[in-house]
Amino acid sequence: MMETILKTDSLNKVYRLGGLIHRARIDALDDVNLDIKSDQPIIIGLVGESGSGKTTFAKVILHLVEPTSGRVIVYDRLVAGKGDKPTGQELLHTVQPIFQDPYAAFSSYQTVNSYLERTAMRVNQLSRTEAVDAVEEALTSVGLKYEDVRGKYPNQFSGGELQRASVARALIPRPKMVIADEPVSMIDASLRMSVINLFLTLKQEYKTSFLYITHDLTIAYYVCDYITILYRGAIFESGPAKAVLTDPQHPYTKLLLESVPRTNRKWDHKQIALSDIETKEYQFEGCKFYNRCPIAADICVHDRPAPVKKEDGRVVYCHFV
Amino acid sequence: MIKLSNLVASYTTARGQVNAVDGVNLQIPSEYIVGIAGESGCGKTTLIRVIYGDMSPPLSLEKGEVRYGFCDANGTEVTSDNIGDYWSKRISYIPQSSMSSLNPVTRIRKQFTDFLDYDKGRAELLDEVRAYVKNLDLPPEAIDAYPHELSGGMRQRILVAMATFFQPDILLADEPTTALDVVVQKGILLMLKRLQEQMQNTIILVSHDMGVHYQIAQKMLIMYAAKVVEFGDTREVFEAPLHPYTRFMIESLPTIGDDRVRQSVRGRPPSLWEDLKGCRFAPRCPMATERCRSEEPALREYRPGQFVACHYVERSLQ
Amino acid sequence: MRLNLRLKIGLSILTVFVLGSLILPLFNEVYPSKQGAYRKNLPMSREHLLGTNSLGQDISWFLIFAVRNSLLLGVAVSLCTSFLSLIIGLSAGYIRGWFDRVVMLVTDSFVCIPSFPILIVLGTLFRGSARFSILGIILVVFGWAWNARTVRSMALSLRERDFIGTAKYSGTSTLAIILKEIFPYVYGYGIVGFINSILWVINTEAALAVIGLSNLETPTLGSIIFWALNYNAMFTGQYAWVVAPVVATSLLFLGLFLTSTGYNDLFSARRGRIHDQA
Repeated sequence: MMETILKTDSLNKVYRLGGLIHRARIDALDDVNLDIKSDQPIIIGLVGESGSGKTTFAKVILHLVEPTSGRVIVYDRLVAGKGDKPTGQELLHTVQPIFQDPYAAFSSYQTVNSYLERTAMRVNQLSRTEAVDAVEEALTSVGLKYEDVRGKYPNQFSGGELQRASVARALIPRPKMVIADEPVSMIDASLRMSVINLFLTLKQEYKTSFLYITHDLTIAYYVCDYITILYRGAIFESGPAKAVLTDPQHPYTKLLLESVPRTNRKWDHKQIALSDIETKEYQFEGCKFYNRCPIAADICVHDRPAPVKKEDGRVVYCHFV
Repeated sequence: MIKLSNLVASYTTARGQVNAVDGVNLQIPSEYIVGIAGESGCGKTTLIRVIYGDMSPPLSLEKGEVRYGFCDANGTEVTSDNIGDYWSKRISYIPQSSMSSLNPVTRIRKQFTDFLDYDKGRAELLDEVRAYVKNLDLPPEAIDAYPHELSGGMRQRILVAMATFFQPDILLADEPTTALDVVVQKGILLMLKRLQEQMQNTIILVSHDMGVHYQIAQKMLIMYAAKVVEFGDTREVFEAPLHPYTRFMIESLPTIGDDRVRQSVRGRPPSLWEDLKGCRFAPRCPMATERCRSEEPALREYRPGQFVACHYVERSLQ
Repeated sequence: MRLNLRLKIGLSILTVFVLGSLILPLFNEVYPSKQGAYRKNLPMSREHLLGTNSLGQDISWFLIFAVRNSLLLGVAVSLCTSFLSLIIGLSAGYIRGWFDRVVMLVTDSFVCIPSFPILIVLGTLFRGSARFSILGIILVVFGWAWNARTVRSMALSLRERDFIGTAKYSGTSTLAIILKEIFPYVYGYGIVGFINSILWVINTEAALAVIGLSNLETPTLGSIIFWALNYNAMFTGQYAWVVAPVVATSLLFLGLFLTSTGYNDLFSARRGRIHDQA
């Protein structure tokens, strides 16, 4: 049965910076329209470089920031924007976060298991004994033992273990979607896979979808089913992950893939155009990639590209596709 | 040839003393881009600082020395004792997050002239710097800007330009592209590669990203728990890694286009505060024997140009 | 908890003062304010360690009681102001919205009021016979606002941190977030604020007393200096009368300052260590 996993309607977030004289307007999210459907839980990758808007998107979906306009719908429930918003409890059962820095995700003054127990008792409305069972189950599913975790403070864990505890906590309420913001970027490369592989198994075990936010295309390839490429708040390409990353169609996606330092293929030593002043790019009328695009033409200056749907299910925002 | 002899460098903290580099013995050939790879706590930043000679407390060089392969005015070889005299002229260092560490209230050019002593006048020097920067396809106006006016990538490129202005024999860069976007990173790394080809000098580059090494480092050394475990041609290290740690690490990295399942290296690196005996990777190594746990393997040349510190290289290659 | 040298010295000084001012009065027989209890202007001797003053009071006993009273006033007022500023600052900084705006309007008004001139005006109303408790209440009213602002700005930045997000998504209530998540990070500053507040109270009381606007019957550090100045102690050669309280006040302040900054150092080191990963 096909469900709407993630849908956004003209999502906008505008920040205004600066004082009275130098006001800069940053369209962190600029008319983002997504409609991702599936009949089973999926891992959706939100890929972009710094300034792309991916972190803003995470904050909007987690209710930490209000969108300027537009809506976000997760599994048919409105989570952000104007309308019938869910109650606190409903929201906590719909989305749950995993943050980038595991050490910043917990207070240094509290034990890690206190957060897990609290989630079980307050979000799942369990009694203390039931909560302990739920926590134990969640920790086991991420490869940690309750005895090893109980009574310990965040700085007594390694980064990988602490992040896994974070994952366990996020799964206790059986959310529809887990929002993972760069979950492994602060973990050593050789230890990342233990956390990343977890997402793949837990997707099946808990029937939870994930929104995996990252700048790392290689990890996105490995773990995501579906991927969206963001640039200065606008979507450039969106579609099945493996297809988009092995056969990119948007010039920006191609540029990204050419620039990833691979371990099996050397770079093409072409010169690349670097980005100019960033605020200008945010407000550009036409396609935001105009200044750096190798195939840019006059039409790109004034007209924002409309989404072009392709047979393999992807959507590309370019005039020349 | 940069000779590292029995280097032991330690940090003295309230908790005690810990050896961040614990016995490194290596000869790094000149005129290559050499990558130092390893994970957090392995000692790569400390090793770079030791090579640069930047030993300020709490860091101190307990034992050993570095010989740089060039001589001073009297003809004696320069070592760790007097390398400080050659900073910026014959050896240059770009520290980690240096692009975020620029003084925000002074222009870039002042930070450049603050750090050098030079024979000519300041204005003349700056003109030459601007010309040099222009030659590298960078806007010469950037020298006169404040750090916040430039993007992170531009700042880093300017820093690289300033570090190479005097055409040093050795350029040390610690994670020069870590905080930068992948497209900007490629630009800076290619810039470094071109500079090395032009200047025919040695660039030693620290990065935790194996992909960076694969792309531009010709030689590579892998550090683990304050020791060097492997050293050699990058291509060989990737295609036929000798040390189990190197092999597991490379195998754990996903690649675009490759759908195989990847696994982490199990366990975690040892704490340097503990009393470490034998091979430091033994607790995590599936082939470890009693010998590994009690006897520390020395770094030896297994194949011409490929060095490894492991007792059972033949076994691990199977 | 390894105390640094500064903290050790500061706490030692304070312990001497606190214990001295609490225990020694138990051995007192004659209430030091009683005028004419002894012969006037006696020099320092075994019986009167600092001599007697022009009012016939034993200076050393007066000083001991003065330190006690000043400290008691300081601690009592500071407990109240710390409590108020923490509650107000934390809730305004975390809850934000109209609540924050209203609270800040009130707080800022108190910050902007020039406290010292008003205290002088109030002091003239009471003219040296203010009840000690009234003085304390007035000092609380003027003392809470500044720290509330600082606590609020700390709460403002803390609320943006990731662990607050984790707490929210773990079902933590707003009150629990303020008390269990945010407060521990503000606690260290709270201690420092508390000690600085004691300093401020003693200082203000002394300043008011010196101009004759406190309760001059009760021995306090300020009232000693007032009476000494009133009787021109410096000119009549009664140096002990003036010098002793000044030295005592300075030492007390030194102890408070060292404790406050020493604790600050310790706290930031500990916080740094907590955040230091392996």
